[in-house]
Amino acid sequence: MSSPAAAAPITAQAFKSDYKPIWCPGCGDYSVLSSFTKAFAKLQLLPQDVAVVSGIGCSSRIPAYTTCYGFHGVHGRSLAAAAGLKLARPDLTVVVASGDGDGYSIGGNHFLHACRRNVDLTYVVMDNHVYGMTKGQPSPTTEPDWDSKLSPGGTGLRTFNPLVIALAAGANFVARAFAGDPNGTADLIAEAISTPGFSFVEILSPCITFRPEQREWKQMVRPAAVTYTNDAARAARRIMTDDGMNIGVLYKGERKPYQPPIGKGKKNPSDLETEFAL
Amino acid sequence: MSKPKEKTKESISIAITGSGGAGVMTAGTLLLEVAAQAGWYGLMVRSSGPQIRGGEAAALMRFSKSPVECLDDRFDVLIGIDWQNIHRFADEIPLDATSVMIGDPDQSEPPEVFVKRGAHYAPLPFKQMAKSLPGSWPNMIALGVAAGLAGLPVDSIKAVLQKSLKKGGGEKMAANIAAAEAGYAFAEGVPSVPRLSGKLAAGKEARWLITGNQAAGYGAVRGGVRFCAAYPITPATEVLEWLAPALPKIGGALVQAEDELASINMIVGSSYGGVPSVTATAGPGLSLMTEAIGLAVAAEVPIVVIDVMRGGPSTGIPAKSEQSDVNIAVNGLHGDAPRIVVAPNSIADCVSATQWAVYLAEAMQSPAIVLSDQYFGQTRAVVDPPADIGLVTERLKPAAGENGYLRYAITKSGISPMAIPGNPGTAYTADGLEHNERGLPSSQSGDHIKQLDKRAKKLDQFDYGARWADIEGEGDLAVVTFGSCTGAAREALARAAADGIKGRLVSLRLLAPSRPAQMAKALAGAKRVLVVEQNHTGQLYRYLRAEYDLPGTTRSFRHPGPLPMRPDEIHQQITEWSRS
Repeated sequence: MSSPAAAAPITAQAFKSDYKPIWCPGCGDYSVLSSFTKAFAKLQLLPQDVAVVSGIGCSSRIPAYTTCYGFHGVHGRSLAAAAGLKLARPDLTVVVASGDGDGYSIGGNHFLHACRRNVDLTYVVMDNHVYGMTKGQPSPTTEPDWDSKLSPGGTGLRTFNPLVIALAAGANFVARAFAGDPNGTADLIAEAISTPGFSFVEILSPCITFRPEQREWKQMVRPAAVTYTNDAARAARRIMTDDGMNIGVLYKGERKPYQPPIGKGKKNPSDLETEFAL
Repeated sequence: MSKPKEKTKESISIAITGSGGAGVMTAGTLLLEVAAQAGWYGLMVRSSGPQIRGGEAAALMRFSKSPVECLDDRFDVLIGIDWQNIHRFADEIPLDATSVMIGDPDQSEPPEVFVKRGAHYAPLPFKQMAKSLPGSWPNMIALGVAAGLAGLPVDSIKAVLQKSLKKGGGEKMAANIAAAEAGYAFAEGVPSVPRLSGKLAAGKEARWLITGNQAAGYGAVRGGVRFCAAYPITPATEVLEWLAPALPKIGGALVQAEDELASINMIVGSSYGGVPSVTATAGPGLSLMTEAIGLAVAAEVPIVVIDVMRGGPSTGIPAKSEQSDVNIAVNGLHGDAPRIVVAPNSIADCVSATQWAVYLAEAMQSPAIVLSDQYFGQTRAVVDPPADIGLVTERLKPAAGENGYLRYAITKSGISPMAIPGNPGTAYTADGLEHNERGLPSSQSGDHIKQLDKRAKKLDQFDYGARWADIEGEGDLAVVTFGSCTGAAREALARAAADGIKGRLVSLRLLAPSRPAQMAKALAGAKRVLVVEQNHTGQLYRYLRAEYDLPGTTRSFRHPGPLPMRPDEIHQQITEWSRS
């Protein structure tokens, strides 16, 4: 593993690639990208020691927009790919980018088990309550009465509460952020990376193309009135009774990350043959 | 009872059956060890009912003084510790009038399906005899009977039991050795089974007792694998269970995943991180994994997937063998997605073929599927240790800070250096989206064609050497087969040769990519090509017809699992075709 540069401090700019995003003008994900690069600079990481892993969707385009090692895999499986990478390469900083469709719908099972497994990953979900890349279908966090071509008149289904589910499944760090505050979000991402174990940061990231009403989020968000707790039950109660607009770290636990001791065993494969020999 | 003059034959087949808890598999495994101790070769196929625990079980065994690769057409001996539901094995245990059947008369008469085949029945009160030797088990009596009928030395039984019952304490060991000896003595009074002909091979002490699933796991680590993501599935679980304690000893790790979607994506992630990686599954799991195998094709990430085939489609027949995943292995990905498919053709070859698959995957930065099957996977055999294939797995990597690094550069071989995270100056994004040489997403036709060509070329131009197929014998008749049909096909050809019909065997180890030039050479001069496989639609036959110009007349000989392909049925095909 490379150590942080001794001479000039590394800047956020050093984490930005020359590749132009495909996002719509005004997309919240531009701000989240800048929060990523600011967080990496704040922690003085080196691009080659960071891997940004994603699935499919607007948010999942982030890896190539950074100068880090990137992995843009299949829909819904980013957490599995990231867990494999981190378990095999514990020396790397692994950050996972996802959205509400990729992370909570097709990737829902992996979300549960990633929280449970508590691998030292940072999971950033850009939640805009809509499938944007496929042009406007309801996701698990879309309001039940939101009208769309695919679900005329709305789905009629209650929304999914990812933060409470993360707590119930055993995530070690739970935070909510707002894309409209890139500096605050960068601080939350940096704190998530610094906290051992599975850290989950849900970012309200407006989709002004398909959900123009989300422009209002700017007026609705506020810092959480109380500091975070290490009591998961208390954190869950707070999250279930708030209006979804409280920003900040909401829970921080002390669970030890899951990491099998890779690279420790010193035997040769041929040493294993003794169990077959007659 | 006086015995007639001993007859001899090249192999002896014995089945031990009983309900769950009767210790059938233990008796079978010990009998294999006794045979190995005596310098013989042998194998034990496991067959069981659908129950999780307590169902009927059969240990199907064959012994010889030369290596054994398949079951015979019939059994010399059937031992029923009890007969509960054992009639369900009637098709799997063919008997005839020269067979011997041993059973416990205090429990029930032998099943009618076996009796009507005319086998000689010798009653043996297993339970009562075990009771008279306190602390002993009926299955140890069965072990003794089997060893006695097979003509194994009694000293070998003693030696094996002394080793395996060490933990049970002196009394238990003594009682069970006495039980085995009582069984052995009983065998003296039973009409004799022919004795094994042939000479003992030299170097018996170097042999291994191994299952195909253990062998595949060991082949993977020999090839350099140090990471595995696992999701349990019959009949592949033992590959994963073998790797779980083995990997940490050699600096690796295994993680249990939440499903096959996770296990396959985990190994794409770990291998992207530079660590050669494997998973093992069966048909249903392979179906779930296809999307991510396609990702490994597009993003050029080496991975190895061991598919231990079982009866399909859908849940099919989980604990029994069938070669019906050829289609999904060679064709089962969306898009134009070249991949490597390797099939071991013996239990020992599960080591070498899997090791080779890791080498190929790493060398070409491609997914490789290893097509094993339940027959190989769960059969335990005495084998000569397979030699290390001597191919060193090494991924092509760029130097640190390489100027203008292009992850998917178009090269002569189609293989481009793969940067590993941590290497400064060569960061790139591995992508399932079509991309340009740098790795950035592109929907341009030029980039698409270039990258499709690159991925096809690297597999096509690779030098696979002689390992692509095992080619034996000569003659204008050729049997083309793969995997676990190989042993039966080889034996059928040997029998045909004894009748004066010459034939050659082509056992494919590399199913994909196809090797037209090598195949043309292997089949040069052949007038008749018989394609042998264990599935319903002739998946290999259709694949060969699509990929190769097969000479002369071709025929497909196939049947689905769970019954194994037996030498006699292939021999009959060869004989009939040669006469016509």
